[in-house]
Parts: sequence; structure tokens; C-alpha cells
Amino acid sequence: MAVGRPVEIAADVPEAARRRRWIAAVGEFCRERPLGAIGAAVVLLNILVGLGATVIAPYDPLATDYGAMLAPPSAAHWLGTDAFGRDVLSRIIYGSRTAMVVGFACALLGATLGAVIGVASAYFAGKVDLLVQRVMDIFLAFPLIILALAVVSILGTGIGNVIIAIAIPMIPRAALVTRSSALAIREMPYVDAARAAGFRHRRIILRHMLPNVMAPYLIMLTAYLGQAILAEASLTFLGLGVSEPTPAWGLMLRGAAVQFAESAPWMAIFPGLAISLAVFAFNLFGDSLRDALDPRLRAQ
Amino acid sequence: MTKYIVKRLLLMIPTLLGVAVLIFFLMRIVPGDIVELRFAGESSYAQKENLDKERARLGLDQPVWRQLVTWMAGLARFDLGTSMWTGAPITEEIRLRFALSLQLAIMATIVAILLAIPLGVIAALRQDTWIDYVVRVISIAGLATPSFWLGIVFILGLLIVFKWLPPMVYTPFWVNPVQNLAQLIWPALAVGYRYSAVATRMTRSAMLEVLREDYIRTARAKGLWEKLILSRHALKNAMLPVLTVIALEFAFLIGGLVVTEQVFNLNGLGLLFVEAVGHRDYTLTQALVMLVAFVFIFVNFMVDLAYAWLDPRIRLR
Repeated sequence: MAVGRPVEIAADVPEAARRRRWIAAVGEFCRERPLGAIGAAVVLLNILVGLGATVIAPYDPLATDYGAMLAPPSAAHWLGTDAFGRDVLSRIIYGSRTAMVVGFACALLGATLGAVIGVASAYFAGKVDLLVQRVMDIFLAFPLIILALAVVSILGTGIGNVIIAIAIPMIPRAALVTRSSALAIREMPYVDAARAAGFRHRRIILRHMLPNVMAPYLIMLTAYLGQAILAEASLTFLGLGVSEPTPAWGLMLRGAAVQFAESAPWMAIFPGLAISLAVFAFNLFGDSLRDALDPRLRAQ
Repeated sequence: MTKYIVKRLLLMIPTLLGVAVLIFFLMRIVPGDIVELRFAGESSYAQKENLDKERARLGLDQPVWRQLVTWMAGLARFDLGTSMWTGAPITEEIRLRFALSLQLAIMATIVAILLAIPLGVIAALRQDTWIDYVVRVISIAGLATPSFWLGIVFILGLLIVFKWLPPMVYTPFWVNPVQNLAQLIWPALAVGYRYSAVATRMTRSAMLEVLREDYIRTARAKGLWEKLILSRHALKNAMLPVLTVIALEFAFLIGGLVVTEQVFNLNGLGLLFVEAVGHRDYTLTQALVMLVAFVFIFVNFMVDLAYAWLDPRIRLR
């Protein structure tokens, strides 16, 4: 017992302290960057709406009601109905699920693969670095729409393929940014130490270097979230993204929404507002996070 | 300097070669080919000999490596060949559409510059006041709003408020400038807003950085007129990064405006891309990709040169 207690406390304190530090950091972020906190709140709301779509949505997003086609906003249908009499609000609520899944999947995939490639390129240096840089140059110069068109033509439409099509062009940009941070980290004594200890390349890259490019990684990640949602909406609008009957914001703007825009403008207005608001929130949060994380800006 | 320019120009070649090889094989991985697509429209079952004959005519019966070599040899002579779908020379196919995309890109750039520089400078000068917050919210909203949706809203607004629709058929500027501008100003505004958002943010942060420099303090200390300090000392030095984002966005606009072109019924390069891939028109797609990649690489190169020219501290090696 006498021996056990101090050990218990010693193991306990850092845990509690870490938690307290987290809470303090979040509190500081909210106080110093109110715009960022608002953004974070809207993002959180969006995620919750997406998760709880089945509970929140007043109607089934796929249920057609031919008695209420193109109905204007009313008490029964807050944001009106579309050409098939489907409730616009319910479709927007379910659409946020699609947007969040695509946003997070693309951003995580693009930023993470980019970071790994960037760090590895900086770590190996020399010829490998030069080669990776050239390949990234090629992808950077490659028109995005062609990559997306090709991926969709090869793999077909559907949410998974859309994610791949959007994430691939993100990789070279993320690799470029993380590489420049990793160049400095490569010269750190702890990387030398790890190499001297005989660790394998993979371990040094993933365990020692990658965690130290967290700041640029997080900045890329939050910037990509919004971009991915926009890209998904554009691809879907072109008919190359998510396809019916999946409720998606870009899909709601397609076809009938433009055709009936004059008589039923709510069909074109509200999904676009949903896209803008979601991306706006991500950007607001991402911007503030960047200001908080970027030590150069903090020093000023 | 000359050595640097030559080196950079030579470095363009491997990148363009890489792009060429990538698009060549990418198009051939995409299932289906132009011959199948063309004959699929016919009601009767297409004869196999007919398909083979058509393939032979287009050179698709050759081994892939020989097709690649033939195409590359053409590229080296700046010969893009003919479109597989229409049979017309590709330069003909691209010319009008390139003119349209270029004009739209230039107009959007003007909109962006007119909005971004004053807004960015004011936000930087009034940092952390309500003006700054308003400008930042406007620019973040610009990044968040899909241009094509803004285009739909513009059309809708014009239709509902003024009972007027912008012309939906393209008229070249030299034929009828009024008609031309009446059509293109709306997409230019829709695209320019997003574009200006990128540039406003850059202007603001570059100005903030420059305003903290010693030479600004010196200029103020010697009692220089504030307007002069801003225009001659601050803005001039803050312009470099702004120039970069403006140039890179410009490069993106050439061929990147697929959805906006769709909304405004504009036959620009973006839609041509979609058509070309849809038809599996290998030669046209390849030519378009090379064009867009070249514009991107070339603009990057020009930006680097402009840096060295505008900022004598930068030595290019």
C-alpha cells in the first residue's frame, strides 16, 4: 500500500494535468479567437446533424409526394419541396452526412498521404527527394478536372470513387508543404539519435518525424475539409460525383433545380447556402487554428 | 540570370514529358474507346470489320508504344494533330474556346484585383477593428461559396428582379463588344469573387508583415506623407506574394472553370475537356492537358522571374 500510493499518484497527475491543459487550450482558443470558435461550433453542429439525420429530419429524404411537387416553403415543408415533392430540408440534413463523410475522408487521405510522402522525401534527400519532387511537379501541373474525370471514368461514380478522385490532387500540395517543414526536422539531434540507435527508416519517418510536422499537417487538413466539400459539390453537379438517390447538396442543385429556378428558387438557393455555410465554418475554424499554431504569427 | 532562365526552361521539358506520358496512359486505362462509342449509337450490331477498319484509320491498331512515339514526335514539332472525333485540326478546335476561356480569366482577374487590393489594404491598416473583421468574413465567405452556385443565383436574381436574362450564346468580343460583355460579366463576377477572396487574404497578410518593417518606421519617423508611405513603400513591397496568388489562380482559370461554364452555357476549354474525355477523343484530350499544363508551368516560371525582377535581393541561381 505504502509503495503503491505514490506510484498511483505519479501515474495519475500527468493524465489529469494533460486533460486540464487541453481544456485550458480550448478555453484560450475560444476566448482569443471568437470567429474560430464560432466556426468550430458550426462544424460540430454540422457533424451532429449528419449523425442524427434520421432523428432530426422531418421527412424521409427519398419519399416522393406528388401532391406537393415544387411546393414553396411552408409550415409543413420549411424549405419547400423539389420536383418530386421531396422535402428540401430533409434532403439538406441527409446531405450533410454525405458532405461530412466526403470532406473528412478526402482531407484525411490527401493530407496524410501527402505528409508521409513529403516527410519521406525530405528524410531520404538526394536522388529520392529530387525524383519525388519531379513527380509531384507533374501532378501539380496536371489539370484537376482531368484527374477527376479519369478516375470516375475508370472506377465509376459513387461516394468511394469520388473520395479518391478528390484526394489524389491534394497529395502533391500537402507533400510540398510538409516537405519544407520536414527539411528542418531532419537536422534535429533526435533524428540523428534515432538513426544511430539503428531504427529502421519507416520507424524514424512515422514515429519520430511525422509527429513533428503536426502543425502544417493540421493546417492542411482543415483547409482541405472545405475544399473537398466544394470539389464534391462541383463534381456531383457535373454528374461525375455522388449519384441519385443519395442525398447530396451538389445533386440537389442539378437538373430540376436549374430548370425550375424561376418558379421554385428555393430548390437552388438552400442547398447552395448549406454548402457555403459548411465550408465557411471549416475555413473560419481552420484560419484561427492556423493563427494559433503558426509560431511565426504567434510571435508577432 | 540568363543561365537561370535557360536552366528553368530546360527543367520544363521533363515535367511536360511526365505529364504527356501520364495522360497518354491514363486515357488508355479508361475503359471504352472512341470507335466503340461512335458505333454504339447505331441501331444494328456493328460489324467487327468496320470497327477494325475505323481503328486502323485512327491508328489505334498500332502497338501502344508506337502510338506514344508518334504522338510525342508530333508534339516535338508542335503538331497536335487532328481531333479523333471531329477530324478537324486540334488547333482549330481549341482556338475559339481558348479565346473565350482567356477572356473570362482576364475579366475575372480584373474583378479580383479591383476588389482584393483595396479591401486587403484597408483590413491590414485597421487590423482587429470591425472593418478588418468584415473584410475577413467577406473573404472567407468568398472561399466558401461555390462559384457555379453564385452564378445560378446571379441568373436567378437578374431574372426575378429585372426580368432579364444575360445572352446565352457566345459572341466574340470583336464582333459585338456589348453583347459579349453582357454575357461574360456575370461569370466573371461569380468567379472573380472567389478569386478576390484568395487575393484579399494574401494582400492583408503581406501588408501586415510589411507594415512592421523598419523602413516603414523610418519613413514615418522622417515625417513622410502617410499616403506616400503606403503606396510607395508598403504596397510595392507587399505585392510580390499577391502577384503569386493572382498568377497561380489565373493559370487555374484556364481550363479549370468547367462547372461555371456549364451554368452559363459557355463553350470554354473546361467543357471541351469533359466532352473530349466523354468521347474518348485521345488526341484532343492529350492536347488539352498539354496546353493547360504548359500554361501552369509557364505562369510559375514567369512568377519566379517577376520575383527576381521586382526584388533585387532575390538572386536566382
